[in-house]
Amino acid sequence: MTTAAGTPTDRSVLPVTERYTLLGWLRRNLFSDLFNSLLTLVALASILIVARLLLRWAFNTAEWGVIPANFNLIMRGQYPAIEAWRLWLVIYLLGTVVGIVWRLIVGQFNTTARVLVAIPLVLMLIPFFSMGTRLYLLITAVASFAGYFIAGYLPILHRGRAAVYFVIAYLVVMLILLRGVGAEDGSLPPVQPILWGGLLLSLLLAFFGITLSFPLGVLLALGRQSRLPAIRVISVIYIEFIRGVPLISLLFMGQIMLQLFLPDGFPLVDRVLRALVAITLFSAAYTAENVRGGLQSIPRGQYEAAQAVGLSTYQSTIHIILPQALRAVIPVLVGQFISLFKDTTLVALVGIFDLLGIARTIIANPDWLGTQQEVFAVIAVLFWIFSYTMSFASRRLERRLGVGQR
Amino acid sequence: MSENTAADEIIICQDVCKWFGDFQALKNCSLRVQAQEVVVIIGPSGSGKSTFIRCINRLEEHQAGDIIVDGIPLTRDVRNIEQIRSETGMVFQQFNLFPHLTVLENITLAPIQVRKMKKDEAMETAMGLLNRVGIPEQADKYPGQLSGGQQQRVAIARSLAMSPKIMLFDEPTSALDPEMIKEVLDVMQELAETGMTMLVVTHEMGFAREVADRIVFMDGGEIMEVGTPEHFFTNAQHERTKLFLSQIL
Repeated sequence: MTTAAGTPTDRSVLPVTERYTLLGWLRRNLFSDLFNSLLTLVALASILIVARLLLRWAFNTAEWGVIPANFNLIMRGQYPAIEAWRLWLVIYLLGTVVGIVWRLIVGQFNTTARVLVAIPLVLMLIPFFSMGTRLYLLITAVASFAGYFIAGYLPILHRGRAAVYFVIAYLVVMLILLRGVGAEDGSLPPVQPILWGGLLLSLLLAFFGITLSFPLGVLLALGRQSRLPAIRVISVIYIEFIRGVPLISLLFMGQIMLQLFLPDGFPLVDRVLRALVAITLFSAAYTAENVRGGLQSIPRGQYEAAQAVGLSTYQSTIHIILPQALRAVIPVLVGQFISLFKDTTLVALVGIFDLLGIARTIIANPDWLGTQQEVFAVIAVLFWIFSYTMSFASRRLERRLGVGQR
Repeated sequence: MSENTAADEIIICQDVCKWFGDFQALKNCSLRVQAQEVVVIIGPSGSGKSTFIRCINRLEEHQAGDIIVDGIPLTRDVRNIEQIRSETGMVFQQFNLFPHLTVLENITLAPIQVRKMKKDEAMETAMGLLNRVGIPEQADKYPGQLSGGQQQRVAIARSLAMSPKIMLFDEPTSALDPEMIKEVLDVMQELAETGMTMLVVTHEMGFAREVADRIVFMDGGEIMEVGTPEHFFTNAQHERTKLFLSQIL
């Protein structure tokens, strides 16, 4: 309206300094016109009201005593306290292996690496931790740094392959430490998996559910595209059957019906393992359909080019088709894995004490009546931390792998 | 030049027929190609040119007639198919490079996997080929970072890495911007001069006139006329050939 000559009305001609001041930013992004200003004020008011309620609850009403009193239960369930050193050892080794793999794969101590090392150090600040716990956390940080440092001096030819071996070795050692071997009075007495619980069990179920269902799902997706009718029909029947059944019914089938089919005296597989099998079979069907979406996005020319240079069907699947198909579905797969992680809470309904199962036993304890809000708030935060980490990692992975798509 | 060595017939197609459903795409196509000969196939779109050369390395399956490549009969036998494919390079209209691999990896993949070549040796060969097609500096880039002409030259290098006896070109310049066509044609001409047996489907009449030993004109799934470039451009016999040439020239 009052566009006197020389008055900058167009944003693109605003002087550089004004474009980057806080006030300029506010005006452009939050108060650009009447309607947006109104929306900003309404949103601001809502945030303030919710935040005030939340803070008042967290600092005045909530009885946080329930968390420190049951902290070990939340972390490791019924895992015997006297064997807890094994869990710490598992964590130290995890730190070390992460350090080694980081050196082998990423190769530099970048910001993400600093954040990773900082995690145990920040956890040391949690007020109710004993000095012992803080010391163990410090050892974890040192172990991860040591792993990174030492890996630089290892005479390793194939870095990627070596990293895979380190991870596999770690998983074997981890399972031996957790499960124990030998006699009851030996140095590493067995701990039945049904005693594993809390965060420990939730993470284990999610991790093995994901890593076992992934290859199975990829095979099923390839099977569904196979030229051999028998393989195709079996894959389709499996996928459609599993997708037509809720996870909870598979879990119940695994816990209750399996025994009916097995002959008397057959050594019953551990209940946690049966739950893991159900989760794996369930997730594999969904992975298969997601991967099939990726396979269908590969243009026919890629198959033809692979054939024309003489690659066999197997070679072109491994080197040409799968790498592109999987890359295309990373976001979908990670979404599925996050939902799998949260779905593991269903095992609480078949009498396994994962994070949610433990939470329910705590609030059922007469000593801690009326602490549902506090307990569930902490459980929710724990789930959020791990789910968000997965989603963050997937975005980094996408960016890292996206090079050729430019 | 190679017309004299009549015994060296490297591709023999006899009465090849191909149907897509009810539609007959190839009708009794017969063609014999000598070793080191350059044969250019021309014709209107939908005439079956691409289908014909795609039958030779079994990207399409012919339903009647015989195809014999370098003495190997093309049948359902997978071993025969794989052997013919490893002796036959193919260059596509849309390049079909592998977008998740670098240029160097695109070229070395098949020699390492199929020919079981050592990685160092394969890389050395690949760099030699990239020099030959004129883009050694692009070795570590991804296909998506190259121009169309560069991509097509990488595709040619990828085929040559398998040391094929025959090269099939399926409209190699049709997807290129005009200023990039020449760089690809130059590489093809250089390849022809080294004595490679080539079957080229193209609309580039200049290339056909200059490089081809023989020209094949196809229409409606049939081979209408075969002859030398002089014959074609001065003395075409068939009415449809004349019509096509008058439209395109």
